[in-house]
Amino acid sequence: MAPQFQLPFERPIFELEDQLSKLESQANPSTALLDSIRNMRVEIARLKREIFDRIDAWDTVKVARHPERPQTKDYIELLCEEFVELHGDRAFGDDRALLTGFAQLGDQKVLLVGQQKGRTLKERNECFYGCAHPEGYRKALLKMEMAAKYNLPIVCLIDTPGAYPGIGAEERGQAYTIALNLREMSQLRTPIISVVIGEGGSGGALGIGIGDVVAMLQFAYYSVISPEGCAGILWKHVKFADKAARALKFTSGELLKQTVIDEIIPEPLGGAHRDHRAMAATLKAFLLKHLKALSSLPKDELLERRYQKFRKLGVYTETAAVQPAPQSVPA
Amino acid sequence: MSQVDTEQQLEPDGDRPRIKRGVPEGLWIHCESCKATVFKKQVEKNHSLCPECGHHFYVSAHGRIEQLLDEDSFEEWFDNLMPLDPLGFVDSKPYKDRLVAEQRKTGMNEACIVGRGYMRGRPLVLGLTDSAFIMGSMGSVVGEKLTRAIEKATELQLPLVIVSGSGGGARMHEGILSLMQMGKVSAALARYHKAGGLFISVLTNPTMGGVAASFASLGDIIIAEPHALIGFAGPRVVKATVKIELPDDFQTSEFLLKHGFVDRIVKRPELRAEISKLIDYCGK
Ligand SMILES: [Zn+2]
Repeated sequence: MAPQFQLPFERPIFELEDQLSKLESQANPSTALLDSIRNMRVEIARLKREIFDRIDAWDTVKVARHPERPQTKDYIELLCEEFVELHGDRAFGDDRALLTGFAQLGDQKVLLVGQQKGRTLKERNECFYGCAHPEGYRKALLKMEMAAKYNLPIVCLIDTPGAYPGIGAEERGQAYTIALNLREMSQLRTPIISVVIGEGGSGGALGIGIGDVVAMLQFAYYSVISPEGCAGILWKHVKFADKAARALKFTSGELLKQTVIDEIIPEPLGGAHRDHRAMAATLKAFLLKHLKALSSLPKDELLERRYQKFRKLGVYTETAAVQPAPQSVPA
Repeated sequence: MSQVDTEQQLEPDGDRPRIKRGVPEGLWIHCESCKATVFKKQVEKNHSLCPECGHHFYVSAHGRIEQLLDEDSFEEWFDNLMPLDPLGFVDSKPYKDRLVAEQRKTGMNEACIVGRGYMRGRPLVLGLTDSAFIMGSMGSVVGEKLTRAIEKATELQLPLVIVSGSGGGARMHEGILSLMQMGKVSAALARYHKAGGLFISVLTNPTMGGVAASFASLGDIIIAEPHALIGFAGPRVVKATVKIELPDDFQTSEFLLKHGFVDRIVKRPELRAEISKLIDYCGK
């Protein structure tokens, strides 16, 4: 099934697909017609490859936000033989933007932590379009600590525009709960794999992003700030979000170059929204491969590697001490 | 959202207390809190507090070192770390040029100073971020300096005090690497914490975004100066999201105290005595 929602740059693909379905619907096709059907299929595949090979950072954001892109709940359905959801943070509530539970993944038992954006309007409102509150991060940490206690590996699926910017979120310590997750995740004595499946929106993404393996789906993005937020501040208007998107260099290819992620997980031709099943199969193979590799590491080594993984990030230079001449000495 | 509106916050924003830029040039300065015109020398002698109403003016990282530590006891570390421009980032001007301009303006290499000093005779590791340098935002150098300072504090088994003044959160101009500094510094604090280190975090105006959502919130004890702006999301972003009026004290030190995220609000002239006392209680 072709997706319902079309992105502007996908138009040529949809046009050819329309033509193809017309050809395919003809009764008693001639040999010539069958040939053109075959040729058209090849052409569509070529076109998808050509278009998606070239999409820029801003179009990548649109793919990452595609309403039919698979979300955490889709992956739970497609990846897991079983999912036992565990609710609540034992302090305030049960954040629907951040789901946690035991999952059977092939022959592996894991704790799955995933951000959920919601598909229907009702679900989207329940989970604030994937923007978690402090209770979500607190729930995630609570369940992850339990997982570490019972030696269960942790899989985090990141998909959020950012942690929720609201009054209640600030009252309940959004900054503190995220900070605590960063500190405590770095010390959890069990393997952690974090995968950005769609949007990796700043602190809200990093709050479940301290992993031994950090990866991105091909058309996901992972950024210090949303392109709109950055455009609003530095370009003084959100209409320059495309410029900000390109300047921030936050696509999977760029992050691999910056050594912030370990791997890019390829998406099906034309993006994950075109084939949920194929995407889930690729993701599952990726997770099982790394779970196996990580489970063989002694815990002390695992923690040392996790520490060094983040420790090495940063670009700066060390010169002989040269102080720039101060123009005025501040008070 | 670990980023906060930077330059825009310098513009008037209704009647809410906003980021205060330093003591302006000239003999007299205007207090935006009580509207009095006060003698600059008097403000400087008074820990950069308004002599009329006690409003806390901006004070530079160097100024804070003088206020907090015993005279000439500070030994700066890693001051040879210099920022680069990993993304070739250009907005209204190239990040490279922005860095040079900020260095000239502030006389600092970067938004952060770390080192060792003595507070009323007690040895400690001190880190500071200075909101005058690209809003005190955390890029690679700030993250690296703080991480090294924390690692040194762990190794030397010294108490750690970090004074945050960062309205800019994680620095946009260095992209994802700035976000990763949050993870890096927090992981270093995890090791320090595990080793039994005492970390006192001092929040000053402003402490926002990715700085608030990492080291600044991880103190064993968290102190805030009065009426500082402290929070995760920028107030403009929150207002645009919730579309209702924000509480008067929203994201102030007093708001954080009320909601349980700050141990004490301490006026600047008392910081040194308070921190010393806290260190003594923890037997460090
Ligand atoms: Zn005043």
